[in-house]
Amino acid sequence: METTDIGLWGVPLAMLGGAIRVSTPFIFVSLGEAITERSGRINLGLEGTLVFGAMSAYAVAVMTGSPWPGLLAAALAGLCFGLFHGWICKFPKVNDIAIGIALMLFGTGLAFFFGKPFIQPSAPDLPAIAFGAWSDIPQVQAALNVNVLFLIGAALAVFLWWAFRNTRIGLIVRVVGDSADAARAMGLNPNTVRLLATGVGGALAGIGGAYLSLYYPGSWTERISSGQGLMAVALVIFARWNPLGCFAAALLFGGAGALGPALQSVGVTQGYYLFYAAPYILTLIIMIATSSPSRTLAGAPGELSITK
Amino acid sequence: MTGKFMLSRRDLLKTTAAGAALGLASAAFPIRAARAAAATVGFIYVGPKDDYGYNQAHAEGAASLKGVEGISIVEEENVPETVDVQKTMESMINLDGASLIFPTSFGYFDPHMLAMCAKFPDVQFRHCGGMWNKDKHPMNAGSYFGYIGMGQYLNGVVAGHTTKSKKLGFVAAKPIPQVLLNINSFLLGARSVDPAITCQVIFTGEWSLAVKEAEATNALIDQGADVVTCHVDSPKVVVETAAGRGAFICGYHANQSPLAPEKYLTGAEWNWAKVYKMFVDDLIAGKPLPNFTRGGLADGFVKMSPLGPAVGEAARKQFDATLAEMMKGGFSVIKGPLKSNKGTVVATEGQAFVETAIELESMDYLVEGVVGSTA
Repeated sequence: METTDIGLWGVPLAMLGGAIRVSTPFIFVSLGEAITERSGRINLGLEGTLVFGAMSAYAVAVMTGSPWPGLLAAALAGLCFGLFHGWICKFPKVNDIAIGIALMLFGTGLAFFFGKPFIQPSAPDLPAIAFGAWSDIPQVQAALNVNVLFLIGAALAVFLWWAFRNTRIGLIVRVVGDSADAARAMGLNPNTVRLLATGVGGALAGIGGAYLSLYYPGSWTERISSGQGLMAVALVIFARWNPLGCFAAALLFGGAGALGPALQSVGVTQGYYLFYAAPYILTLIIMIATSSPSRTLAGAPGELSITK
Repeated sequence: MTGKFMLSRRDLLKTTAAGAALGLASAAFPIRAARAAAATVGFIYVGPKDDYGYNQAHAEGAASLKGVEGISIVEEENVPETVDVQKTMESMINLDGASLIFPTSFGYFDPHMLAMCAKFPDVQFRHCGGMWNKDKHPMNAGSYFGYIGMGQYLNGVVAGHTTKSKKLGFVAAKPIPQVLLNINSFLLGARSVDPAITCQVIFTGEWSLAVKEAEATNALIDQGADVVTCHVDSPKVVVETAAGRGAFICGYHANQSPLAPEKYLTGAEWNWAKVYKMFVDDLIAGKPLPNFTRGGLADGFVKMSPLGPAVGEAARKQFDATLAEMMKGGFSVIKGPLKSNKGTVVATEGQAFVETAIELESMDYLVEGVVGSTA
């Protein structure tokens, strides 16, 4: 193996590479949740969907020998979880947050149960595109090995941002999320719209799970997510329900998460627990800096149970 | 609304009282009467049983007991190092009638296992690790561990011959004595080949954090490390990530060579089957169980993975010679003159700590040549 000494350049490079590698599950889960929340519902169960997606993707990839059926299986499993959440929540007096927590535990538990025989075998990985081929430094090449799902996630963020503003479907989702009464007056059925929005959100979270188990870190273990699905749901509020904001927040989280290992690798070894807290400290600072006592959260859908 | 609430609170009180009465009854008339005939042994793991790592090594040891006459096994996996493990131990004792329990994870010991030792003085507890101390802790507790640092020294010997960049990488979980000894042994093994070799360590802070372990492995390789080893619960992620980046790997806990057959050099593995068999034989014979059990390569507590295809002739020779030396006993990894990476003397000229030296179990330093910090 050829190596080049890159010294302190390793830190920004690792943060760039880390942002690209680590952020993808955050992107998909937070975009999915943004769609669901824009329609006026919260699905806290996406952590469970993420873990179940990771498991089903890995299992199907092991059995078929190809990552693509795995990806499809994860999306379908996520869709089912989302539709289930949407279906239960359409009944009167059902609390979507409580159902979300129940589905989170159900999803992780079910994934552990079915995932047992798949901890040991190795599955084929999703392909990556070598954007770093122009460089002759192996570290740069490694950092710029970009998985196709990251690119799809980035494109999806832009598309959703555009679609929410400029398409009929985007408008329908938004009006249902802002005022169910107005939607009914327009002849829309809020429950159907929310059912579909939660289903699509679940499918995206399932794809995020497939990235975890089929690309990075690229194996199925029961600790694979360690709360990333929950964090992604929080990112949506942090991003003010804006798909582009979700993408930026996910990148920020990924990059900040890579800071701890990267600093240790260049010899900054004191206080690494503090560096590991960097993503959360950063989130807190931004939340405080952008909050205001005189107005409610900008961009919050009016029908959301946390803002009602 | 209020009436409803009152009722449910009264119900709650009733249920609690009934539960307490039941608890008293079971304390007065223990359900575990027929224990002498068939003994039950409990195993508690912090992660899944088939993680290619720490828990798999223990579960393989437990599985080897399944054919033993008069012994039944109860296991629970994914038990966090919190009050949960106390509940698991209580249920193993009260419901399954376990008379010997192996809580295998480091963080189970204090305060969880100690609390159970006080509550159930008739049950024997043996903890994997180096925490038990006969002056401080009860006699129905004890510890067992293997001198796997020797295995990491042998890993280091092979790594020292294989590295071209003269930089090694170590992904570590937490800076506890056993981990520090492994890091130091790995580097000193490599330095027995070439004293210019250094080892970069990255602590992830947790026993199992897949994404952080992958990031740490990438960061080490970005900084030029070309042989990587680790001390985390499941080395699978580290092994696969390192192999994907083209680095060589020394394994840990169990044999990970199926994950990267070309890049896997060798590995330090546990052989718990041997240790658990010893305890169970004593239990069946009615002998008191030892409180302090240790062993190394020579005792069969620890073994090495077969050398991989990338291991050169010179490495193979030195590996075999060092292993033979260790099998004779009395081999010491930490021997003077030796300084820590902060410059303090940890062993003076002529001073040597053999593998059994109890001082090694309270190690709090990284030796010179390791880039990293314990805090």
